[in-house]
Order: sequence, then structure tokens, then C-alpha cells
Amino acid sequence: MSCTLKVHISDTNIEVTGNQCIKGVEYAKQEALNPVRHVMTVVKVRGGDLPTVSLITSKPVPKNCIEKVMEATANIELEAPVELDQVVVRDICGANLITTRKVHKALH
Amino acid sequence: MIEEKYDAVVIGGGPAGIAAAIKATELGLKTVLLENRDILGGIPLQCVHPGFGLHYFKEDLTGTQFIHRFFDRMEKIGVEYITSAHVYSIEYRDYMEKIVNVITRKGVLRLCSKTIIYTVGARERTIFEIGVVGDRPDGIYTAGEAQTMMDIYGVLPGKDIVIIGSGDVGLIMARRFALEGARVKAVIEIMPYPGGLMRNVVQCLIDYNIPLLLSHIALRVVGKKRVEKVVVARVDENLRPIPGTEFEIECDTIVIAAGLRPYVDLLEKLGVAMDPATGGPIVNELLETSMPGVFAAGNALVINDLADYVVEQGEKAAEGAKIFIENRGIPTEEWKPVKKGRNIRLAVPHYVSGKRDVTILARVAKPEQRVFVELPEVGYKVFHMAVRPAEMIRLDLSKDILSKAEKSITIEVKPIGQRT
Repeated sequence: MSCTLKVHISDTNIEVTGNQCIKGVEYAKQEALNPVRHVMTVVKVRGGDLPTVSLITSKPVPKNCIEKVMEATANIELEAPVELDQVVVRDICGANLITTRKVHKALH
Repeated sequence: MIEEKYDAVVIGGGPAGIAAAIKATELGLKTVLLENRDILGGIPLQCVHPGFGLHYFKEDLTGTQFIHRFFDRMEKIGVEYITSAHVYSIEYRDYMEKIVNVITRKGVLRLCSKTIIYTVGARERTIFEIGVVGDRPDGIYTAGEAQTMMDIYGVLPGKDIVIIGSGDVGLIMARRFALEGARVKAVIEIMPYPGGLMRNVVQCLIDYNIPLLLSHIALRVVGKKRVEKVVVARVDENLRPIPGTEFEIECDTIVIAAGLRPYVDLLEKLGVAMDPATGGPIVNELLETSMPGVFAAGNALVINDLADYVVEQGEKAAEGAKIFIENRGIPTEEWKPVKKGRNIRLAVPHYVSGKRDVTILARVAKPEQRVFVELPEVGYKVFHMAVRPAEMIRLDLSKDILSKAEKSITIEVKPIGQRT
């Protein structure tokens, strides 16, 4: 379920109203000051039972960093097998890029 | 021809089928899971975005991470399955004997089973079904097709995209296109409100400056070999195009995100009773259809919001199959119909006994704010800040509450301040 939040920013503090649970306050503050997002993509895999593996940022990164993450992953090619939670790119905008799918070696 | 005997044959290897096959195997039933494609995993396998598992695992997982938990469980308990297995017909030979005819890589199999769990999922509505006329060039895909191309095969469907339909699948694909360097020129929505969750409108459209054209309709496609443009117009309160408001959007790809429908071909051929509101079969609280011992779960039963729900349904169907086998049929009850009151468009399951806990999933017909969702016959009432067709309402009802019903139970939506 969703609710509509109002954020009031002054020199000294941030006020959030309209939230229906405590999580709303933290979320709204984050969105107002430093919005962050998870970034997900797929990269090529050679010799696997699937041609790609999916990746996600280990934690959300600043919105203005999304393009940097996409550029860093554009040309990556991995070799099967690929495990879950494998770190594919380290330390980009404060997060790692980890695999979210397993790829087994193709049988022939 | 040899007939292989089973207690349960599960048709469809997405999350509902995998969960059903795991549960059936755990319950000691001789089970086999059949999957049409060469890979298990269904829709979640191609969902690289998070939002899965919040209910079932209390964790925020990507679709891929979510389904892998179930792959692990399958392997651990040794669930039998066949991929590249196409079920072409189901026969009802006797009360405890259903025949499933399957084409596999090893040849045609005839499986004789006491129960069937039907978890084949949904199909997508096509451009033909939503009445968009004009040319039929290359470059027209449904949202799910586009997702398979991109997130399984790593192929970008096009560069300049127009998405028709603002349901969650369309919104999520809009973000994927934007991330991978394609330009989404517009998302066209016929209703005056978006079809998907608000968080997706924010994180998929607003974040990427993708225009959402509410109260607009796509009229026709223009293109010789490949899509060149789509002609769009505004609609009035009756959803009819307003003359004189037509304009063109140049694009090379059109993505149709106009909704899912339960894929009920085989059930219809079997003569199972259907619910026109859900497009799926009519079921009791054990998810048994009108054909004894044939169960349905997941998107084949009703289009679900969450894979978490679909897994629960798969498990429930397996429990139902066990009860069916142990008792040589689901014990006869005074089944009470679940009736749809004010502003309820659909509700599943359709019959309850009052002797078991039941989770009812419902959808409203129209969005409303500040309402009560009520079951007057049993005195159940819960407040909702807002209800929308795109967000299922979940009612976890104990048998103590349900046992209070005499003849039927009704679900209705009452605006706050209106007398009950």
C-alpha cells in the first residue's frame, strides 16, 4: 500500500508529514537529501546454460551514479560456471555488483 | 504404451509449480513436475529487479534470487522433473485416474495420476486484442517477450520505444530500456490513473523522465518492415478517442504491456468451470477446480501481484492433493460461496467450508480512498487508506471467523462514514 509524503526542508532540519509508518520518515529524508537506487543489468556469459547472468548493486547507489554503473558493466563477459552472490565489479559508487543468478557450465 | 503412475503431476515449472512439486514431494506423494521450456523458473527467472520474497522470506530479493531458493530446495529433496515436456492433453479416465499426455525429448509419455496440479501461468494480451490497427511490421513485442530478450538473452529489442499500458510489467521494462541506453518516448495509458504500483511509477518513469500519457490510446501502427511510428489520441470519460487530438510518436519498437490472462486452454478442454471475472477456474479453498482432483495455482488460477502469493497457492494445492488422495476425494462439505459485493471485481477462492483457515485474494473494480473492506456475515472489517485495482487485497481468515457464516460470505468495500 502507498501513502503520499510531504517533506519540508529548512536550514536547520527536515520535517516529514503524511507517513503512515515509521519507515516513511527515513525514506522521505533519504529521497530529499540523497536519493539512492538499486541498479540492475545483465552481462554476457560464455559457455553456460544461460547466455547471460543478472547483476545488482549490493546496496543502493546515489541516483546520479546510475550511468557510471551501467558504463562499468557494459563490456563485461564472464566464463561459466558463475555462482550466486559473486562479486563482478568491486567498489563502484560505494557498492559492489553481485550476481543474482547461477549459471552452470553447458553440458557439451 | 507404458503408463507411468503418479500421485501428483504438476504442469508448469514456474514458482507455483515448483512450490507445489516441492510440497507434494515433502508430503510423500509420488510427484513429477513438467515444464514446456528447457529451463525451470518461469517469470521470476527473468526478473532482475528486487521486490520478491518480502512476504515469504521477509527479505527483499530479485526474482532471480527468489526462484533460486526454490531450485535449491528442489535439489535438496530430489524433486522429479522433466523439461522440454509439452503437455498436449489431459483426460479424465476415472475419479482417481487422470491421464496426462506429454511430448518429451525421449518420446510421447502417458502419465496416469491421482491428481493434477495445473500451474502453467499466464499469457500476455497481444496488440490484436487491444484493438491497435495499422501495419504489422517487425518491432512489436509484449513486455514479457521484451524482458526475456533482454534479461535472459541479452538482446536489446530496439532503440526508440513506445510502451502501451502502464501496468507494472510495462513500467519495469521502461526502466530496463532506459538503463540499457534505449529511449522510451512515452508510456501510453488509456485510464486516467496508472495501472501499476506507485513506487514503480516513481522509480521507473519519473526517475528517467519518461512521459506517462494518461487517458491516451494507441490507434494504429505505421511501418513497412520495421515500426516507424505509432498514432496516439486522447480519450474521453468513456475511453473513446477524441477526434482532432491525434498525433504521431516516431519509434522503432512498440512494447505491449496490456495485462496477463490465465492460460487455461487445457482446463477448458477438460470442461472445468471458469470464472469470467478472473479468466481462471472456479476453485474451493483447497484450490480444487470443478474437476475432482484437478487443482490450480499461480497465474493460471488468477493473475497475482506477487510471486510470494503464487508460491503459497502452489503449496496449498499440494496440500489439497494430499487430502484428496488420503480421503479418495475432498470430503463433502457445505461449501459456502464467496460473493462479490460493492466494488469487488474478483475474489479467489470461490467456495469455503468454514472448517479451515483461508486466504482470500480480491481486487476492486474502481480505486477508492478511505474505505472498509468487510465481510458482513462474519463481522470482519478492516480499514484501508486506499484500494486500487492494481493492488490485490489479501484477507487472512481463520476458520473461527469463517465458521460463523451460514449460507455464504460476501466481500464488499464501504467508504468510511457510510452506515453498514
